[in-house]
Amino acid sequence: MSYVAHDASILVPPAEVEEVELYHPKTFVGKYIWSQDAKIIAIQYAITAIGIGVVALVLSWLMRLQLGYPDTFSFIDPSNYLQFVSLHGMIMVIYLLTALFLGGFGNYLIPLMVGARDMVFPYVNMVSYWVYLFAVLLLGASFFVPGGPTGAGWTLYPPQAILAGTPGATWGIILMLVSLAFFIIGFTMGGLNYVVTVLQARTRGMTLMRMPLTVWGIFTATILALLAFPALFVSAIMMLLDLLLGTSFFMPAIVSMGEQAGHTGGSPVLFQHLFWFFGHPEVYIVALPAFGIVSDLISVHARKNIFGYRMMVWAIVIIGALSFVVWAHHMYVSGMNPYFGFFFATTTLIIAIPTALKVYNWVLTLWRGNIHLTVPMLFAIGFVFTFINGGLTGLFLGNPTVSMPLSDTMFVVAHFHMVMAIAPILVVFGAIYHWYPKITGRMLDDTLGKIHFWITFVGSYGIYYPMHYLGMMGVPRRYYAITGTDFITESAHSVNVGITIAALIVGAAQLVFFYNLVRSYFKGKPSGDNPWNATTLEWQTPDTPPKHGNFGATLPLVYRWAYDYSVPGADQDFIPQNVPPKEAAGSGGKT
Amino acid sequence: MNLFQQLTAKPWLAAGAAPEDLRHPDEAHRAAKKSALWVFLAVVGVLFMLLVFAYGGRMTYGDWRPAPQLKLLWANTFVLILSSVALQWAQVSVRRGQMDAMRVGLLAGGAFTVVFLFGQLLAWRQLGTMGYFDVTNPAIAFFYLITGIHGLHLVGGLVAWGRTAARVWGKFDVAAIRQSVELCTLYWHFLLGVWLVLFGLLFTGNNLDLLLKLCGIR
Repeated sequence: MSYVAHDASILVPPAEVEEVELYHPKTFVGKYIWSQDAKIIAIQYAITAIGIGVVALVLSWLMRLQLGYPDTFSFIDPSNYLQFVSLHGMIMVIYLLTALFLGGFGNYLIPLMVGARDMVFPYVNMVSYWVYLFAVLLLGASFFVPGGPTGAGWTLYPPQAILAGTPGATWGIILMLVSLAFFIIGFTMGGLNYVVTVLQARTRGMTLMRMPLTVWGIFTATILALLAFPALFVSAIMMLLDLLLGTSFFMPAIVSMGEQAGHTGGSPVLFQHLFWFFGHPEVYIVALPAFGIVSDLISVHARKNIFGYRMMVWAIVIIGALSFVVWAHHMYVSGMNPYFGFFFATTTLIIAIPTALKVYNWVLTLWRGNIHLTVPMLFAIGFVFTFINGGLTGLFLGNPTVSMPLSDTMFVVAHFHMVMAIAPILVVFGAIYHWYPKITGRMLDDTLGKIHFWITFVGSYGIYYPMHYLGMMGVPRRYYAITGTDFITESAHSVNVGITIAALIVGAAQLVFFYNLVRSYFKGKPSGDNPWNATTLEWQTPDTPPKHGNFGATLPLVYRWAYDYSVPGADQDFIPQNVPPKEAAGSGGKT
Repeated sequence: MNLFQQLTAKPWLAAGAAPEDLRHPDEAHRAAKKSALWVFLAVVGVLFMLLVFAYGGRMTYGDWRPAPQLKLLWANTFVLILSSVALQWAQVSVRRGQMDAMRVGLLAGGAFTVVFLFGQLLAWRQLGTMGYFDVTNPAIAFFYLITGIHGLHLVGGLVAWGRTAARVWGKFDVAAIRQSVELCTLYWHFLLGVWLVLFGLLFTGNNLDLLLKLCGIR
């Protein structure tokens, strides 16, 4: 039984009862394979997500090789190209970023940051991972079935997704849809855990407004995902029924390959509505955890409290809510009532307000901060730049009149890669450099980290900046080769070569990162418990890496918010959340 | 502290612990289970809401062909109401400490649910043998899809119900059973509510059609 001395002056009641008994595995398999420890599950999620992400990275290389050097590679035909495009997008958005942010960082950080021993339902949490792994394997299997994986684009629009002529229109699309359904079932199990752990398992003193913004970001994104994924789930099921049982939810009466297909009366636009009702919140499912994490990185490495904490929390929640009423801005060219276009353009542009507020607050946190240009900080600053750039082109695409001529061009590709590929992945890297010492007990190599950052950051701009110009020129996306067009000049082809070279270099630079991860695991400098002098609870654990149960004999008590950096009069430039007021010696006024 | 007060607190102003009592672990675990069910109900609610919107959206097309009405669904609805009433009775009984009545209510709730599911299967067969049956008619496909998904949720509920029903014999932890019964009851009431909306809007008369016309959409 753990007992905390009662001190009336600080209004903490004594711990009254024994703590929850955790499941304690005895064997290696129980500890690391069928593990119910959120930290192990987090690492399982992260390794699986990054593993399948590397496949998607290689697919992007193959695409770029085709675009940069058409007619050079005999193993890339038009069907392959479309399959690379489709699987690259689907893997990166769902199987890498969603799984890594929520399953990876969510599992690792939520219990540690809110002061819990584990997730509230560890068994369900374990099942969540294994269902996710099954979904990944199904997706991977689609590379080896007759016809290969689907080539319908990551949006899987019917009718073409399931009609003969589209690559992978039989086995490929079936595996894709079934895999998505399993992903969603697995995610829902994990998501329930993340939400309920935040709501019900916070340690004493950890009020909602004392939670680090990382937890707020992951928590809100999980709610978004729980409410948005059902739309993808029903559309996947309905499309499967159209394909397998001949229903006509989405399939209109259509002539396919010269023959009348058996469908009548379905609505392809209905699919688009359902897909984007999921698809737009998905952007924020990826972005909100990144917003939260980057806020903490900036605050820790600038040794300054986050500017406008309450506004930051509200902005996360408001962005989350607004993300459900903007979906049709992805469908301006699908045909809709002009008033709808007006409505969706307005809501889209309104999102700029809370988003800009966050950007200002990050910049104001940096303002006159004691900025340490550590690798996590470099990635955080890189994110702010990239997110602003990607966000500004969003203003173009949010307006129907500007968006229509830019639809389905490389401009769109450049925009969404800046805002939801490069920006979040910079945060992923920053977060890994930041939390790797806690996960392994060793620091990542600083020089290798800086090499990795600069090549990735500058190289990404080398890829996507010129792509905007290609888009404005009218170069369409998803085309295997562009021939016989006057409006696309020779210089566009030169730009494509440059982009391809940049993409290959950025991809190769990730090898430096992987080398660093492996080498530092064995030879890195020991980190100690709190190498960054951070305030949040995960850095206050008695062991690094934290053992099962996280906090040793007694759960921490929380006395303050997560951002007591450079408090005037305090002995150190940080006061951890679990330090009582009287122990923060000399802290003038801030008790 | 209510949610509004929590979200408007200024955490940077004062350090010091919030006067929150630590709860007994069992109580904390019960609260977690209840929260989890509510979150899950929200997810399920969104799922059915989207299906209704999809149905309504498809209805606005000019070539909409309504599906025939099945009288059997009225009987099924009545049986599902009975299952909810029986579980409510079980909940009231377990709260009053009347364990025999709780067992009867629980078993009756499950039995009525099984009857409802058989009734739904019968409705599927009825529709399948009618001359109207055409799998490419969206109204008919939607009927199978929506009733199927609703039925699967009840089957999932029966798994939880079965685990509860297996534990109410001999000696058992009353507090744990009480919560299981309460959670089952909440879930059944919710699925009954969902069914009443689905039945009322989509599968009896042209009520959704009427609603869409009132809104000027159709």
